[in-house]
Amino acid sequence: MGAVSATIGGPSSGGSETTVSPEAAISARGISKSFGDVRALRGVDLDVAQATVLGLLGPNGAGKTTLVRILTTLLTPDAGSASVAGIDVVSDQNRLRERIGLAGQYAAVDENLTGLENLTMVGRLYGFRRAAAKARGRELLEQFDLVEAAGRPVKTYSGGMRRRLDLAAALVAKPPVLFLDEPTTGLDPRSRLDLWDVIEKLVSEGTTVLLTTQYLDEADRLADRIAVIDHGSVIAEGTPDELKDRVGGERLEVHLEDASQAAAAAQALVGMSDELPAQSGALVRVGVRGRSGAIIEAVRRLDAAGIGVDDIALRRPTLDDVFLALTGHAAASEDQA
Amino acid sequence: MRRLLSDTLVVTERNLIRLPRAPELLLAFTLQPIMFVLLFRYVFGGAIRVPGGSYAEYLIPGIIVQNIAFGGFVTALGLNEDMQKGIIDRFRSLPMSRAAVLAGRTSADIVTNGLSMTILIVTGLIIGFSFQTAVLHVLLGLVLALTFGYAFSWVFAFLGLLVKSPEAANSVGFLAVFPLTFISSAFVPGQSLPTPLRQFSDVNPFTIIVNELRWLWTGQPSPDQLWQAFAWVAFILLVFSPLAVRRYRRAAGR
Repeated sequence: MGAVSATIGGPSSGGSETTVSPEAAISARGISKSFGDVRALRGVDLDVAQATVLGLLGPNGAGKTTLVRILTTLLTPDAGSASVAGIDVVSDQNRLRERIGLAGQYAAVDENLTGLENLTMVGRLYGFRRAAAKARGRELLEQFDLVEAAGRPVKTYSGGMRRRLDLAAALVAKPPVLFLDEPTTGLDPRSRLDLWDVIEKLVSEGTTVLLTTQYLDEADRLADRIAVIDHGSVIAEGTPDELKDRVGGERLEVHLEDASQAAAAAQALVGMSDELPAQSGALVRVGVRGRSGAIIEAVRRLDAAGIGVDDIALRRPTLDDVFLALTGHAAASEDQA
Repeated sequence: MRRLLSDTLVVTERNLIRLPRAPELLLAFTLQPIMFVLLFRYVFGGAIRVPGGSYAEYLIPGIIVQNIAFGGFVTALGLNEDMQKGIIDRFRSLPMSRAAVLAGRTSADIVTNGLSMTILIVTGLIIGFSFQTAVLHVLLGLVLALTFGYAFSWVFAFLGLLVKSPEAANSVGFLAVFPLTFISSAFVPGQSLPTPLRQFSDVNPFTIIVNELRWLWTGQPSPDQLWQAFAWVAFILLVFSPLAVRRYRRAAGR
């Protein structure tokens, strides 16, 4: 996520979805769940239109995984109702399980089985005959570039290969709705990009995806709409662009020559914004009211205060800014480049 | 019901595939029992006086029961590992029979128990054990041993779902089963034990199972009845399988 000067008015990724889709692939109303005294979810509403990606963002412990577990029948909600692919998640669990795929953050494949054996086993548990399950397994191994490793026990696989196999296992029955719980956590950048390509292709072919992630760039790239969840409630929902607009307009970023002048620089810029400038090291950031003339005015103010500037740029808010503004803390602390 | 059977078969197969690929497990099922037979027969055997027959004849039924009771520890390890690694979640998200996960696990134990029992019997035959009863009694003895092992697999299934780590499952299982088998008639006659231990040994289900197995295979008279042995098997099964299933539901529903 570089602070490249923004291109404004880029294509909106949301498309022309109407606000309420009667044929929503996933629809939840008032979902609540408590574990003892801990209220993990407090009345979550959610809609995901067919063949789109909903990115579920939130800090650790916000309730993302609990929501996924409810929508995939692993947990029963205390209150509320939800349907996936038109099937109720509580009353019709077995029928629903035939229509969903789940890939989790722990890569739930059996280490002692080979790639092909894993997929064949899953296929047979979906009710395929052995030969059909095997054929489908081979097909998926090819699709996920795992043919060469097909006969090796999974414990010899790399992290990226395990995730691909995990995703392949979720796709055995060609489910119309796919749940991905932090699918790329812990993966190297190359494997993440590969996995993103696979997910985009599935969506282009009509699969609906609910994706939880801590990586905002992942959500920005894949998600048509984003729901931000914190303390068990959805606190914001919209397309990535809508959410960025909500945080405010352009952000001015000033890199100072001397970090010790950061406070003085913030002071100098205070009049340009309705908010207090944020400082971190030699970087001062502030939301500005209008785009035109902002850089010139900032340079003039800083110059008048005798502050040396290394670099200055305007950019659109990122999802990081959104996240920070909404939840009061940054998203993932680790691995964020 | 057909779904339960076919899914159980798939899960059983999955649990057995790993055996030849995990040398340490295979050793536990093959070499370890042989080692125990040889140690008991040749190290302790000379010092232990048993009523009638040789020590080899006395020992084999006892060591088979001990070994088969331990056989279920693979279930404890396997289930615990599956919980930790999310494989149970994968299973639960599939349109499969829920009972098949536990049934497949314990069924796989029947196969591995059968394997180690065969090895034990062959070793026994080499060192001086022999069947001295009718074929029907011998077969009935095999059934008793295997069903007892199956019942114990459910004890281990419960245990594996209860504890936090595979290591814990292992040590708790060891602590529970070892004293139970040693303070029984498996290796030494109850009369040789100090009074409190003898009283415990007399009512210990292991003693009853071993005595009946000895009677079925070598014709040694037993103070207990065959129905008592099968009643214990049924009792263990009826107590621990619902416990394990309940625990599975609860542990998986987090």
